[in-house]
Amino acid sequence: MTDSILTVSDIHKSFGALKASDGISLDLKPGEIHALIGPNGAGKSTLIKQIAGGLKPDSGTVWFNGKDVTGVSTAERARLGLGRTFQISALAMDYTVLENVVLGAVGQSGSAFSFFKPAMKDAALLKRARAALERVGLRKREETITSELSHGQRRQLEVAVALTLSPKAFLMDEPMAGMGGEGSKALTGFLQELKKEAPILLVEHDMDAVFALADRISVLVYGKIIATGNVDEVRSNPDVRVAYLGEEDAA
Amino acid sequence: MMRERHINMIILALLVLVPTYAHFAEEPFTITLATRAVIFALAGVGLNLALGQGGLVSFGHAAYFGMGGYAMGILASHAQNYEPIMEVPFLIEGTNSMPVIWLVAIVMSALLALLIGALSLRTTGVYFIMVTLAFGQMFYYFTISWPAYGGEDGLSIYVRNQFPGMNTLDPIQFFSICFVLLCAVLFLVNRLNKSPFGLALNGAHQNEERALTVGINVYRVRLVAFVISGAITGLAGALFADLNRFVSPTMFSWQISGEIMIFIILGGVARLFGPVAGAALYIMLEHFLGGLSEYWFIYLGAILLFVVLFAKGGIIGKLSRKEISHDG
Amino acid sequence: MTTLLLIEQVLNGLQFGVMLFLMAAGLTLIFGVMGLINLAHGSLYMIGAFAAAAVAGWTGNFFLALVASLIAAAIIGALIELTVIRRLYDRDHLEQVLATFALILIFSEATRWVFGSFPLFLNIPDVLNGTVTLPGGIQYSLYRLTIILIGLAVAAGLFLLISKTRVGMRIRAGENDREMIAALGVDISVLYTMVFALGAALAGLSGALVGAIQSVEVGMGEPVLILAFVVIVIGGIGSIKGALAGAILVGLTDTLGRTMLPVIFGTFMEPSAATTVGSALASMLIYILMAGVLLYKPTGLFGST
Repeated sequence: MTDSILTVSDIHKSFGALKASDGISLDLKPGEIHALIGPNGAGKSTLIKQIAGGLKPDSGTVWFNGKDVTGVSTAERARLGLGRTFQISALAMDYTVLENVVLGAVGQSGSAFSFFKPAMKDAALLKRARAALERVGLRKREETITSELSHGQRRQLEVAVALTLSPKAFLMDEPMAGMGGEGSKALTGFLQELKKEAPILLVEHDMDAVFALADRISVLVYGKIIATGNVDEVRSNPDVRVAYLGEEDAA
Repeated sequence: MMRERHINMIILALLVLVPTYAHFAEEPFTITLATRAVIFALAGVGLNLALGQGGLVSFGHAAYFGMGGYAMGILASHAQNYEPIMEVPFLIEGTNSMPVIWLVAIVMSALLALLIGALSLRTTGVYFIMVTLAFGQMFYYFTISWPAYGGEDGLSIYVRNQFPGMNTLDPIQFFSICFVLLCAVLFLVNRLNKSPFGLALNGAHQNEERALTVGINVYRVRLVAFVISGAITGLAGALFADLNRFVSPTMFSWQISGEIMIFIILGGVARLFGPVAGAALYIMLEHFLGGLSEYWFIYLGAILLFVVLFAKGGIIGKLSRKEISHDG
Repeated sequence: MTTLLLIEQVLNGLQFGVMLFLMAAGLTLIFGVMGLINLAHGSLYMIGAFAAAAVAGWTGNFFLALVASLIAAAIIGALIELTVIRRLYDRDHLEQVLATFALILIFSEATRWVFGSFPLFLNIPDVLNGTVTLPGGIQYSLYRLTIILIGLAVAAGLFLLISKTRVGMRIRAGENDREMIAALGVDISVLYTMVFALGAALAGLSGALVGAIQSVEVGMGEPVLILAFVVIVIGGIGSIKGALAGAILVGLTDTLGRTMLPVIFGTFMEPSAATTVGSALASMLIYILMAGVLLYKPTGLFGST
């Protein structure tokens, strides 16, 4: 597993009697988009929290970039290069677009404890922030207040904020949610480019997007990964058909 | 419609002009009122850093205000009685030098804020409000039951403390000292708000998850903000004690915490000059309504209720017509 | 210290705890159901005490006075819910704090205006005066024992109300999902007014019961309010069980601390210093307890994580 950027090995997490993660293992290799799918209540968000930080597994390990990060905080994992986007945009809504990416640059540079020099006049921070905006095509909107952005633009900004971290891997939670057909197509192309830079662990509901994008797919059901493989393998896997299509159709 | 900066300049100008006029018209009482307003403003600027920028609704800032007050009271009372504060393991004497007293007040309230903040910041939301309120009350009861420094009756200091080259008993000179301190703190807080630290603090207020996932240690950022906030309010407490030449447990009471919050809400939350405008308005209300009726708190309560329910953004918000909201 | 004295202090602690429970139960219910932090809860405590003192002074009947405290606090509670509080449910906590702080200012000054600044006194009725002999030969104040029993009865009633009745079911549903309960056709605003009035009535009753032991005066509510906050932080917000456990814990810690700390310090210090240090520390004890709980479990003993 030396070539994996992110490795989850045999993690368990229970809430009372509910086994939300029941011995999950998966990995993310350089250059790939690895999609995680599964029906509602399969334990996807519990798994994401354990990968991103904020929830500690009962047992098992999370490796990131050759380091055991199981007991490491969310902020620390971000500084190690785990870029994160959310299903519901997590942005500072009263800030301008530029301020949001500068915030990312502040986190990346570890300058949150410099007290005197204005952040919005710091050349290094601005350079990093504007480069990220350029990548997602929001450079012209940098003075816009974030709450005035359209839904699709907020998604782009999320990615830009993650980019300021120069991430070694991305963890994206339903980036396609609520995007129109056009925006969805544009984002698909963008992610195909992005994965060359850093692999993406993609949690997505939109099956068309998953089948179009993913190099590998893992299917999570009742806290267990029931199948991992490329699109065709997963499509033809009988267990997946049972889980998704119901017993009778699979027969 | 005015720009917020212009309103700020007008507020500062009024704060200088009113006492200057009063000085020449020989109305020392008006100068004292203005000094009170400036000191309350300073306490509010301190709280506003935590509350406005950081979204940390501390209902216990009286703890730092009182700590600053008692730092002054204890140092000055020992100086006035010519008794050292302690002799073992090393000698600490009292003092009546303002700069030394300010420094001690700032350090002591910062340490207290560090302790209370480290515990309280483990909680959020409504817990945080209740916990800070409770810790504030703890010091109120402690000062009441601790007899060494006057207990419930408090401590009187007979002579105002000294500042090199000034006659601190002259109302206008004492006012000037307080006013210069307020301006210096406003300048520093303004820089702080615009710094990477301020961006991180307010960013974490708007969206904690985002701040965490770009690698910002939100707890530590908030704790540092809380400590600076407490230190500023502590400095205000030391000045307030010097203005009255008296400290008592009431400086620790929950009403003080509430009043400091009122300055902020009257003036405008998360605006640099919000607490300044709010404190000035509060002093005017206290003076004029208090003159009209013994029960002026009823009117204050009604005004506060009106501002909260219908006039978000406070005075500066109304004047500059630019609503800023910082709700999660 | 004798065992008898200790038992008496434990009972006093229980009585104090039960009073705190009546306050904390209302606060925690109102927060759990409506998501509101209500600082004016202390004012309702004061209103209950004043209503009781006024009716007792007028009729001479303590039980009518208790009924009056319940009714007055419930009516005032319902009134402020209808006029002010319901505008605050969707606001952030800061605005809730400030608006209910404004209500404290208004109620305190209005009470001072009507009743004056001097404390009123509410006498313990003759039936409840004197002491009873408990098993083991302990003499204990009948009135305080009655308070403990009333408090425990209220606690039992609340548990039954919430776990067994239709209204309780709605309250629990309201905690979990406001839209759901509205969709089921329950008029949520009536439910909210009822819950608020219920909490207010409990606070009022508590104020009246304590009013007969202490004096009835303006500002009596807020120290109790803050203690009730300590109770909630310790017990966990939104939980009646947590409120009861926290209240008893705080009541016992505070009462026993005040009696025992000076004695304990007296074993290794000179008496006057022991009294000073002991009572100063005792005044801080429950806050230290709260700090300990925060370190151990920031969401409180019975709070959900």
